[in-house]
Amino acid sequence: MYKHGKYPVTEKKAVAKGIFDFTISCKEVAEIAQCGQFVHVAAEGFMLRRPISICDIDKEKGTIRIVFEVRGKGTEKISDIKKGDLIDMIAPLGKGFKILEKGKKAVCIGGGIGTPPMVAVAKEYGENATVISGFRSASAVILQEDFKAQGNNTILCTDDGTAGMKGFVTTALEECLDKEKPDIIYACGPSAMLKAVVDIAKKNGVYCQVSLEERMGCGVGACLVCACKVVKDGEEFYAHVCKDGPVFSAEEVVF
Amino acid sequence: MADLKVNFAGVEFKNPVIPASGAYGYGREYEDLYPVSLLGGISVKGTTLNKKDGNPPPRIAETYAGMLNSVGLQNGGVKKFLNTELPYLKTKDIVVISNIAGATVEECRELAALIDNSDADMIELNISCPNVKQGGAAFGTKCDSAAAITRAVRSATTKPLMVKLSPNVTSIVDIAKAVEAEGADAVSLINTLLGMRIDIKTKRPILKNNVGGLSGPAVFPVAVRMVWQVANAVSIPVCGMGGISCAEDAIEMMMAGAQTIQLGAAIFNNPYAPVEIIEGMNKWCDENGVRSITEIIGAVKPW
Repeated sequence: MYKHGKYPVTEKKAVAKGIFDFTISCKEVAEIAQCGQFVHVAAEGFMLRRPISICDIDKEKGTIRIVFEVRGKGTEKISDIKKGDLIDMIAPLGKGFKILEKGKKAVCIGGGIGTPPMVAVAKEYGENATVISGFRSASAVILQEDFKAQGNNTILCTDDGTAGMKGFVTTALEECLDKEKPDIIYACGPSAMLKAVVDIAKKNGVYCQVSLEERMGCGVGACLVCACKVVKDGEEFYAHVCKDGPVFSAEEVVF
Repeated sequence: MADLKVNFAGVEFKNPVIPASGAYGYGREYEDLYPVSLLGGISVKGTTLNKKDGNPPPRIAETYAGMLNSVGLQNGGVKKFLNTELPYLKTKDIVVISNIAGATVEECRELAALIDNSDADMIELNISCPNVKQGGAAFGTKCDSAAAITRAVRSATTKPLMVKLSPNVTSIVDIAKAVEAEGADAVSLINTLLGMRIDIKTKRPILKNNVGGLSGPAVFPVAVRMVWQVANAVSIPVCGMGGISCAEDAIEMMMAGAQTIQLGAAIFNNPYAPVEIIEGMNKWCDENGVRSITEIIGAVKPW
């Protein structure tokens, strides 16, 4: 079930260079949204909508948050939307993360702009979630206070060591798993990172879900452009990020 | 309220608006927003005999006022269409146009025979897909091959047969005449225009297939011109498409000579586009004293 409408942006923040944080008042969307789903946002003057993952959902207030990076002219146009303006979106779309029952432990891994969808999922686990985030450098770090405020353990990595530990999220993940194996691992980020995370999860026998991205058209499973290779029952085929994903079980994804 | 009904190739449409093949799946995908039964018809995703996986991604690239796609006819095969999708659509009170896109003449003939035996209302023979190595545009870019495949499919079905034409040809009029001569009941045009975009940072084409089909408002004037030329050259009805995104575009296309219209890319931007076009046509007709939408078909007064 999804909706299409124009909804007011009630808060807008620049959280790092070229990265924006919108809170959107959309009760009908917030009511049915699940963490890991995405919204398909119209950029005025552009043909195609931009898929943006849902960062957080507040069902009581009837709001959702999206945190996105300006990647090109379309996302730049979206970033021009001001507080109080309306944002045109089709939402919520896709299949979200599977959330385990209370008391289970999760490790959430976000690489760069793959970090936002980890906020909503880590919130479900509170202090039972360890969030490992990786960024290029200190200036690109986002959302760490959000994770801390919802009780998550945080491990911050930067490529150049200007914030947190120097190195990749995969090193932090391995150290984490050496201490204690969680019940589930969630990951979103660049493809190379996801592949490495999936290998580590597999080696440690921990169930893992990844959130993928691909250039997208309709967003609702009609046009079939956002193909991603998956394997089921030994057969490889193209599934679609918008409808079959964006969240996939790690063992299904063919990197 | 104007009368939007059209009789197209012997098939009654309650209005002339049809989502184009490949842009609207099998109609289920937009039913969260409005009932598909509001539409005149639906041209379903191009069907092949066996399941087809399509081209590797990326399969889409944005362009000025348009987009390129290189899906490559991904579909679940004709059996899945007949067993799962068609029965669903037949409950929806719309004209179901079964789009067939075989890789060989024999496959198209076989597909037509299977569809002939079904509840589908019309067949749209796709001889113009730019994204497949076999079949597709290879049939539709020469008069003799377009004629030969139309002849083969015609012999396999008594259902109304519409042939979807490629704009990537020297003379689309000659192709239209060739398929008319072989018994096509209608033609639909235009399929996408072959295009390409390159990422200048990586020097790589954005589409993994390197090239793909251009659609969207950018192609609209080309489509209007081709529909006009074809409508003036053949006596079978024309279904016009290519870049239509609002009621005014649809009316313009019908004035060029189209009896029905299809739209695709516009839906990705505005999922309500098909219903807004129907409402907009109605309003336009009322405001302009047009009682039946058929009055505007071919109404252009060329200089």
